[in-house]
Amino acid sequence: MQDDAGVDKRLTTEEAEQLMHRVMWRQAHLSLRIAAVFIVILIAIPLVNLFAPTIAGKSVLGFTLSWLVLGVLFYPVTWALSAYFVKRSNALEAEISKEPLK
Amino acid sequence: MTFIPFALVVLIIIATVALGIYGTRKAKTASDFFVAGRSVGVLMNASAISGEYLSAASFMGIAGLVMKNGYDALWYPVGYAAGYLFLLLFIAGPLRRFGAYTIPDFAQGRFDSPLFRKIAVIFVLCIGFFYTMPQMKAAGLTMGTILGWPYWAGIAVVGSVITFNVAIGGMKGITIVQAFQYWAKVFAISLPVFILMSVFGGYSQHMGTAFEYQKAVPRLDGGEVITVNGAEKAPLNAISLSAAEPTVLHFDKDHTYRIAKITPARKPEPGEDKITPESFARTTKANDSLNSDIASGKAFDIPSGATIRISPVVVTKDHVAVVKDGKIVTTGAKIEFEKGGPVTFMRAGARLRLPAAEGTAKSGPIVPNAPANGKWLNPFGPLAGKWGFPLLYTYSLIIALVCGTAGLPHILVRFYTNPDGRAAKRTTLWVMVMLGGFYLFTPMWGVLGRALMPQLYVTGAFDSAVIKLPTLLENQTLGQILSGVTSAGAFAAFMSTFSGLLVSMSGAFAHDIYGKILKPNASPESRLVAFKIAAVCVGAVSMLLGLMVETFDIATMVGWAFAIGAASYFPLLLLGSWWRGLTKYGAAVGMLIGGFLSLGTIVCSMLLDKKVLTWELPNLVRALMEQPAIWAVPLSILLMVVVSKMTAKSIPPDVTMKMIRLHAPEEMGISENYIEA
Repeated sequence: MQDDAGVDKRLTTEEAEQLMHRVMWRQAHLSLRIAAVFIVILIAIPLVNLFAPTIAGKSVLGFTLSWLVLGVLFYPVTWALSAYFVKRSNALEAEISKEPLK
Repeated sequence: MTFIPFALVVLIIIATVALGIYGTRKAKTASDFFVAGRSVGVLMNASAISGEYLSAASFMGIAGLVMKNGYDALWYPVGYAAGYLFLLLFIAGPLRRFGAYTIPDFAQGRFDSPLFRKIAVIFVLCIGFFYTMPQMKAAGLTMGTILGWPYWAGIAVVGSVITFNVAIGGMKGITIVQAFQYWAKVFAISLPVFILMSVFGGYSQHMGTAFEYQKAVPRLDGGEVITVNGAEKAPLNAISLSAAEPTVLHFDKDHTYRIAKITPARKPEPGEDKITPESFARTTKANDSLNSDIASGKAFDIPSGATIRISPVVVTKDHVAVVKDGKIVTTGAKIEFEKGGPVTFMRAGARLRLPAAEGTAKSGPIVPNAPANGKWLNPFGPLAGKWGFPLLYTYSLIIALVCGTAGLPHILVRFYTNPDGRAAKRTTLWVMVMLGGFYLFTPMWGVLGRALMPQLYVTGAFDSAVIKLPTLLENQTLGQILSGVTSAGAFAAFMSTFSGLLVSMSGAFAHDIYGKILKPNASPESRLVAFKIAAVCVGAVSMLLGLMVETFDIATMVGWAFAIGAASYFPLLLLGSWWRGLTKYGAAVGMLIGGFLSLGTIVCSMLLDKKVLTWELPNLVRALMEQPAIWAVPLSILLMVVVSKMTAKSIPPDVTMKMIRLHAPEEMGISENYIEA
């Protein structure tokens, strides 16, 4: 474990705090936006199944629509969301690193 | 011919051990031993994480659960995969930047509290043991299926081999082994299913048939002999027979059978007339003493060679038939065996050859215990609807799986093998692609199992579908080879997961309990010895636990491990990474209460299922006990927030620096590894 007392020698405590909020908030904003999309999907699927069984039970390519969504299409959606996140998150971090510390 | 699967299983074991030895040559230092030197490439690491993550639950369990429960079981693979997205969004980056070996390291580093390390270690062990139980079941079941070994023997042999391998190797070399095993598993789950589908009909064809004949139930072949379970396998010793047509059961001459009770399969509603056992069951040849035994309502022996006809009964209220949706309601009988044995299942009056019934490939009696196509195919079927609160059950399951992924000790430790946080994120992305690619195949096995091997509904041996299905091929050699391929895949699955868990759990003992708590000055050599001793002990306990869970579904058990992780580690990691106000007291209280309450209710539900406990509980309570995440995760988070607010004075003074270290990109030159590699 290293000595943390001096935080980073280049920053005062107040500046460090500002930096923390700045960095964290931007990361959280990105993560929350994507999580919101995903959570809406997760909440919506059972609700559609319950309240719109005729839509969920429609036959598509031999499957019911709900089976096709959950058993097949769901995975590519997770890939797209995570690929988008990784791209944006890396861009965001490059941006943060370029900014002056204070 | 049955030597083929065994040969392939031996082959994968040898490949695993050999790769392990090859990897060992490259690893020298303690850091190599615990986190593989922190410098593994993205694709390699993603394969390794996926390889470790795809356990017996993914390989055998999901297929079985989809076969048994249909649509609702699809949430399991979806949740396993979706959990990774949450891990990626909120936890992977910060955790890697913080740079500690284990979750207990994170716990101690974040709160400067050695006490907290001990609490965190408890959950490594709780979750770990819960996760090893289904792996052990898979080992016993696979060996039993391919070689006919008794359940315990498979567990003892396979468990010992893996334990020995881990004890001599540690985690070093495991990255390459796990990566290899991922590709072995993908191959083993995909190739055989394509061949099977080309012979027996494709995914959408079977789904389409189920859709078209929603009322149909799978049928057995006429006169099929199935060995029913006795009381030692409760609750799998019950068969619920058709409510639509009679079934005739013939009992073998050379065996003794005993029936514990005969009750209606459908749960009676208040006010309905009681249905007696003799209204369901009658002997076909006059046998007054057997008929009066049936009527007595007590347990009775079945004389050898007897034949009993089980008929559905009309449900009545005040002696008037109950009508629902314009149809008379009937119920079949549920027979609980005390002593089981081979039983011949026949369709009543089936001397004539009957054509295959609509919507099923076979013409025999309706298979016991199977839900009708419509119930199986559509949401809120037998799994979610079990306790009458399907929406609640579904959401609770989703929460457990999605949040629980972040709480698996053996998975998180792998993030530290990435060179930096950026690589950790790219790794997670690839893991999701690899997992999704694998999970697309698992429901296909369940669908094929339902269409082709309905006899598994009788004995509840759904988890063996993946191994047994290929043997249906007419070309026996090909069938045995493909069954060998899936057996080898199953081996890869439980070997990789069990090894990973053993490393985490033994690491917790050696690194956290021995190295940090018992003997802080221990030399690296003595820590390695502690690791090895711990591995052997943990392996032995896992095997013992595995012996007790033969009757539980593999995927369900893994779901429970997730639920415990979701209520303990997930809130700790989420709040610990994102909320500076979290204190050690808050985190500890939330983790302990959330985690132990989930653990407690899950263990109680298991005991209730096994009828060890006989509490009468309302269905809502049973649903919440079986799937605790929906209340336990919010409770844990709430406790963390409230207690942290109350103990705000104990926020570590350098918390700002810690948060910066968790979040600042590496390029800023602020984050440093908590333990320098």
